[in-house]
Amino acid sequence: MGFDYENYIRPGKLPHIWCPGCGHGIVMKGLIRAIDAVGLSKDMTSIVSGIGCASRLPGYLDFCTLHTTHGRGVAFATGIKMAKPEMDVICVGGDGDGVAIGGNHFIHACRRNIDITYLIMNNHIYGMTGGQFSPTTPTGAKASTTPYGNPDPPFDIAKLAIGAGATFVARGTAYHATQIEKLLTEAIRHKGFSVVEILDSCPTTYGRRNKYKSVIEMMNHLKDSAVPIAAAEKMAAEQLKGKVITGVLYKENKPEYVAEYRKLVERVQAG
Amino acid sequence: MSNKVAFMQGNEACAHGAIYAGCRFFAGYPITPSTEVAEVMASELPKVGGSFIQMEDEIAAMAAVIGASLTGVKALTATSGPGFSLKQENIGYACITEVPCVIINVMRGGPSTGMPTGPSQSDVMQAKWGTHGDHPAICLVPASVQELFTETVRAFNLAEKFRTPVTVMPDEIVGHMRERVVFPEPGELEVVNRTAPSVPPGEYRPYDTRFGDVPPLAAFGSGYRFHVTGLNKAEDGFPTTRADFVQAEEERQVRKIENAIDEIVTWEEYLLEDAEIAIVAFGSTARSARYAVNEARKNGIKAGLFRIITYWPFPEKQIAALASQVKAIITPEMNLGMTLHEVRRCVDGKAPVSGIFRVDGEPIGPGQILARIREVA
Repeated sequence: MGFDYENYIRPGKLPHIWCPGCGHGIVMKGLIRAIDAVGLSKDMTSIVSGIGCASRLPGYLDFCTLHTTHGRGVAFATGIKMAKPEMDVICVGGDGDGVAIGGNHFIHACRRNIDITYLIMNNHIYGMTGGQFSPTTPTGAKASTTPYGNPDPPFDIAKLAIGAGATFVARGTAYHATQIEKLLTEAIRHKGFSVVEILDSCPTTYGRRNKYKSVIEMMNHLKDSAVPIAAAEKMAAEQLKGKVITGVLYKENKPEYVAEYRKLVERVQAG
Repeated sequence: MSNKVAFMQGNEACAHGAIYAGCRFFAGYPITPSTEVAEVMASELPKVGGSFIQMEDEIAAMAAVIGASLTGVKALTATSGPGFSLKQENIGYACITEVPCVIINVMRGGPSTGMPTGPSQSDVMQAKWGTHGDHPAICLVPASVQELFTETVRAFNLAEKFRTPVTVMPDEIVGHMRERVVFPEPGELEVVNRTAPSVPPGEYRPYDTRFGDVPPLAAFGSGYRFHVTGLNKAEDGFPTTRADFVQAEEERQVRKIENAIDEIVTWEEYLLEDAEIAIVAFGSTARSARYAVNEARKNGIKAGLFRIITYWPFPEKQIAALASQVKAIITPEMNLGMTLHEVRRCVDGKAPVSGIFRVDGEPIGPGQILARIREVA
């Protein structure tokens, strides 16, 4: 018997809003399979998002879902996890949502090491508003607000997460569909703040401005630029130029925020 | 059994009021002159099994409060001027999603950083119009330490009953002054909890108008799975651009408060029965006004005080009635005429209304009010 996706998708909510060639649907599939692999309860799982194309994901899935304000998903998720620690909380969003307007919430959630899984679909552009450059748009790339090329240097989301204290950081791409499931499965199981960045592509607002001739060409770019971490360790810096390292990039076990707070409560109540 | 009596600050009493009301979650960010609310919550919440979290900013604090409330927990945040401005984004989110929560805004001078340690009453318009779009507003303006306790309890009751954010706004003087507080015994004050759904999970819709203008709100993690969004939505909670659905939902959200005005609006009348001059005031200014009224009476001037306790919805009917009785109305306030504007709207030309305004960080004293009473007498 094949995998029962319909068990997790709300009836009548598909088709999704994502454009042909967008990888967000592939990522959603990976998320569903990871949730299934971990065996999360639909009643006891909350999926939270901010604003943007990627943030529309929770509406399609049959959980306790919360589509919040731009960049604030992680902050809402923090409230849910603190108030009801027995719930599993997954936050999803895009690059602009997560590391531009939501950057402050992102780094502090990393620092606290609160047990939330944060899935960032990084397509290097503000897609929903028509293709403005984001904090992950490559320098020199064209966007509707960088008609002469992007003067800004981009963020490396994974490095940012590690630097801020996240205890599980992984990166994959929308091309590597089966890896998405594996990375998210491990991330959800991890006790602490886990960040999974999935590099994605936006043919509609990024590809056509940046000389990608087709969706397949964009997908092939994701495929060709990805280097698994084990392979990367054996490569010289020169060989890694223009490549992105994928896989589990960082993992450590540290006290988790909510568990530590509940210990504090027990200590106070014991007097 | 005698009640516990304490001598404490307004902000401290506010926090104890929240605990009494059943608040078990606080998220905040340090800001003068409201920080003591957070400090007491940080100390008290673990004792009752609740959670306190200091967030990275005011926006996140408001977000966390809404997230916590969606799990069925009563949640509070406290802030002041600049923080209240930052919270407006997610206050609007709580309005459209109809998630109960309470915001304490201890009013200091503004705009911007203004006068962090000085009192003010200049956020009353922001409490109604601060976030964009049409939405309801409930705002309470206590005038004593005891009342800050009891109004915080009432704020939670209103938030839970009407599925809406409620703002409690003491001015800095009420927030920081110390007075005697009598702690009510459990059960002495009414404590309201939100209505849980009566339908099974499969039939639940978060904005189901079959149950009236305030549909029951299920808690995340209680077996009810549903969607919450800040987009305009239909009764099932999912986004829609269908004109008839959006219009109906927007109107219902405002109507649910408008239709309950008589239940929500509270005020205090002091020596108004035979008054020829009425002072309309609130917060610490109302305390000066009361003193001035007494002094005026000693001098044979029939003055009285209408003290606003519920600022939003504004006590329109009551003030309109006052206008046909008195020959002059005075509105002393620590802003440049916000209440004057509202009172004039209600009075509709039936009585002359004049204001006394201070925005210099000093309170309006009884002498200033008494002088105006003499002028208009």
